[in-house]
Amino acid sequence: MLRKRIVIALVALIVCPTLMFAAGTVSGKVTFTGTPVKPKPIDMSKEPSCAKEHATPVTTETVVTGPNNALENVVVYISAGANDEGQVPPQAVTFEQKGCQYLPHVLVMHTNQELKVVNDDQTSHNIHPLAKVNREWNKSQPPGTPPISEKYEKAEFISVKCNVHPWMHGWFAVLNTSHYDVSKGDGGFKLPNLPPGKYTITAWHEDYGTQTADVTITGNETKDVDFTFKAKAY
Amino acid sequence: MNGLKPTRNLLGAAMGLAFAIAVSALAFAQDAPDVGPHPPQPVKPMESHIGKLTGHSGAAKMNFRRYCAGCHGELGDGNGENAPWLDPKPRDFTIATFKCRSTPTGTLPTDEDLFKSIGRGFTNSNMPIWNTLAAQERADLVAFIKTFSERWEKEKAGDPIQVPAEPPVTIESIAHGKLLFTKLECWKCHGPQGKGDGPSAATLTDSKDQPIRPYNFAAGGDDSRFKCGSTNQDIYKIFMTGVDGTPMPSFNDVIKPNDAWDLVHFLRTLQVHRHSAENEVLQAAHGVIPPYTEPVAPTPASTDNKSPSGGGN
Repeated sequence: MLRKRIVIALVALIVCPTLMFAAGTVSGKVTFTGTPVKPKPIDMSKEPSCAKEHATPVTTETVVTGPNNALENVVVYISAGANDEGQVPPQAVTFEQKGCQYLPHVLVMHTNQELKVVNDDQTSHNIHPLAKVNREWNKSQPPGTPPISEKYEKAEFISVKCNVHPWMHGWFAVLNTSHYDVSKGDGGFKLPNLPPGKYTITAWHEDYGTQTADVTITGNETKDVDFTFKAKAY
Repeated sequence: MNGLKPTRNLLGAAMGLAFAIAVSALAFAQDAPDVGPHPPQPVKPMESHIGKLTGHSGAAKMNFRRYCAGCHGELGDGNGENAPWLDPKPRDFTIATFKCRSTPTGTLPTDEDLFKSIGRGFTNSNMPIWNTLAAQERADLVAFIKTFSERWEKEKAGDPIQVPAEPPVTIESIAHGKLLFTKLECWKCHGPQGKGDGPSAATLTDSKDQPIRPYNFAAGGDDSRFKCGSTNQDIYKIFMTGVDGTPMPSFNDVIKPNDAWDLVHFLRTLQVHRHSAENEVLQAAHGVIPPYTEPVAPTPASTDNKSPSGGGN
């Protein structure tokens, strides 16, 4: 009887650490159906210092697609089950104004994570995130001035614009979790390091809306979750 | 008597029917369809403090309905019955973003900021000058405005910016202001002469996506007022706190206070039809603003070979 208990205890000791450090992955692709609006070329002639940075005119970034109907700039994140709301990453994320464009077009950050806004152009920009849940602020950033440091306390998808250059448009995705990815190129995304548990994955596109999927991780497996958005005619 | 009885019964029946209709009409009225003005939900009473005055939201309810709700709406969301005819639109108090503040961009104004805004009105808009209301009434209305957004319960007002003493108006100050106006690219919206005709002016939209025009300094005759006041201190605060909810950003992080005063002096000369100390100085200089040269700091008598640092831009 005692030996049985010792065996069970030993087995538990071996198995439990393995389970404790088990981490699964959710990965997949984001694609679209239908015909998306063609990106339009942006006329930067009113800002010659930026126009000359682009050999060919840049195009609008509301819908960016890749090969095989891939949909880019979709924020895929854990909206339930992540339990890392209090774990604010110590490093800052950077939003760059370059060639009168925002890089990246969609910047994801954790609530209360430091955001640095940098102006790499020879013209002034004003950085005007149109927050509705968080506070709305608007600051001028001439060339050669230090980065602007800010942070957002609440989760929100915030539209960002520059009033001086009306074609400039970007997004801040402020999330309660660090389990996120942004689809690029082939529309692929990957959410690693997920302990066993039940999760809700949300995929957000600035124009095509939001979709969710539920997934359960039991160990070290990789679960495949794909999202398909319906393109809009205009 | 037999003849009367049927009449009385009919009368009774008619009255009973009328009564039933009335009762059911009342009951139906309480279940009215979801249209028409809703009385605001019970909210936490708020207070305001302006100097020695204390305002109470409870005391302002009737004044708000009488004077304010027509434009700002019963719910304080800017959707009053007059709103479709107005441009700019009435302020939406539910988002607690305000144009005229002494506090940094993105922060709540002080009670005094709101008190002044009500009393002063907003030039070039339909917001009247409410100095006709007693100070206590205006203080009560400030407290009432704070009931429309829970931000007032959760956040403190921002710390008012420090406005240093104004230096003398000189042609050098004006010249420096002109240089700043160019370097900070104010002209991109306001235009080179501040007429509101800059290259980006036509595409400006406010934070509710409504078209909005930049301020035209040259218009307005001898009484050119700004949205947020009429004094040099008011102009200083406008660009050092930004006009929240509009394209006008805050320049607080990129202008030094003395430089900001130079910019104020230059901006006054853009108000070409207004008598001002600045325009007098400009006239004394024959209407010509000289190019600005950075003052060179005196080289200390030492073996240090470093070049002197001039005044900051």
